[in-house]
Amino acid sequence: MTFRLASLAVVAATLALAAPASAADYDIDIKGAHASINFRIKHLGFSWLAGRFDKFNGTFSYDDKAPEKSSVKVEIDTASVNSNHAERDKHLRAADFLDVAQFPTATFVSTSVKPSGDGKATITGDLTLRGVTKQVVIDAVVIGGGSDPWGGTRQGFEGTTKFALADFGIPKDLGPASKEVELTLHVEGVQKK
Amino acid sequence: MIVKDTPAGYGIVSRLFHWLMAIAIFGLFGLGWWMVGLDYYSPYYVSAPDFHRAAGIILFIALLARIVWRVMNTKPDDADLTPLERKASWVVHWGFYPLLIALSISGYLIATPDGRPIDVFGWFSVPSIIQQKGLEDTAGLVHWVLAYTVMVLAAVHTLGALKHHIVDKHTTLKRMWSGPPAQK
Repeated sequence: MTFRLASLAVVAATLALAAPASAADYDIDIKGAHASINFRIKHLGFSWLAGRFDKFNGTFSYDDKAPEKSSVKVEIDTASVNSNHAERDKHLRAADFLDVAQFPTATFVSTSVKPSGDGKATITGDLTLRGVTKQVVIDAVVIGGGSDPWGGTRQGFEGTTKFALADFGIPKDLGPASKEVELTLHVEGVQKK
Repeated sequence: MIVKDTPAGYGIVSRLFHWLMAIAIFGLFGLGWWMVGLDYYSPYYVSAPDFHRAAGIILFIALLARIVWRVMNTKPDDADLTPLERKASWVVHWGFYPLLIALSISGYLIATPDGRPIDVFGWFSVPSIIQQKGLEDTAGLVHWVLAYTVMVLAAVHTLGALKHHIVDKHTTLKRMWSGPPAQK
């Protein structure tokens, strides 16, 4: 009986620990690189050209009881664009595309989060890219969250959006099949202590 | 036909080096200037940079051979120059070699810092030596500045040659075109 009570207490304590904290603030885990910002754009309409931004940081707040109160902010170092080809990356950093000398940072700041149930939500926010700020909508999905094995609490998402290059003043014309770029964000945040 | 340079003028090897490399240098500058502005759907978007890289490697090899040849040969007589002209001509001539070497290396570093080699017309390829992310940006800036510097130096060189030919009525230009008189 005593044993049973004790084990019950342990179970209860464990449950309390494992329960995700509500309305917590998280730092995107760039230190451990459990996040990535990837893009893809059609090449001639024949295949997908994929790349990513190596350097970025961001924070988000998330409440699994009230996900509509969540918010997210991400800053991207545009010069860190990486498509696995030095000469192409040089071109992507130049004025034809990102013009990183003039616009070294791109930002996304959410303005509203609309949960659609099932761990999904649409995040509306302002994307600033190449000096142009425009509203984009990110389709987000909760991947998972909870205590990690090292004493922290983590929460992870995936988000996708797409927009036309021309909408942000990117002048280079890559052809009719390559007007739009898709952005996928894989984000894992570590809860701030 | 005189092969080596003599005090009276340049042999065939030096003259070929001079004129062929002059064509190559102006050609590569023009090609480089033109190719970076090409539309993505231009039929030359891929082939023009490929040719520029390959021809650049050939030019670099020719440059090294030319420097060796220069050192191996006597310098034709320049007694008809004023001391100032002699100094200026020394700066222009010896300025070309380090500039062109640096121009070649910076071009190589635009193309290769991600580990990709440079293919030279399918004959051979030059492997990547330094792999460093972002090096292509610095190399690109250096390549651009040096290319224009070489063009400025070439203009000074051309104006100098024309001045000696037209104003001074020296044989400066003639002896670079036709060889020295046969040695007695």
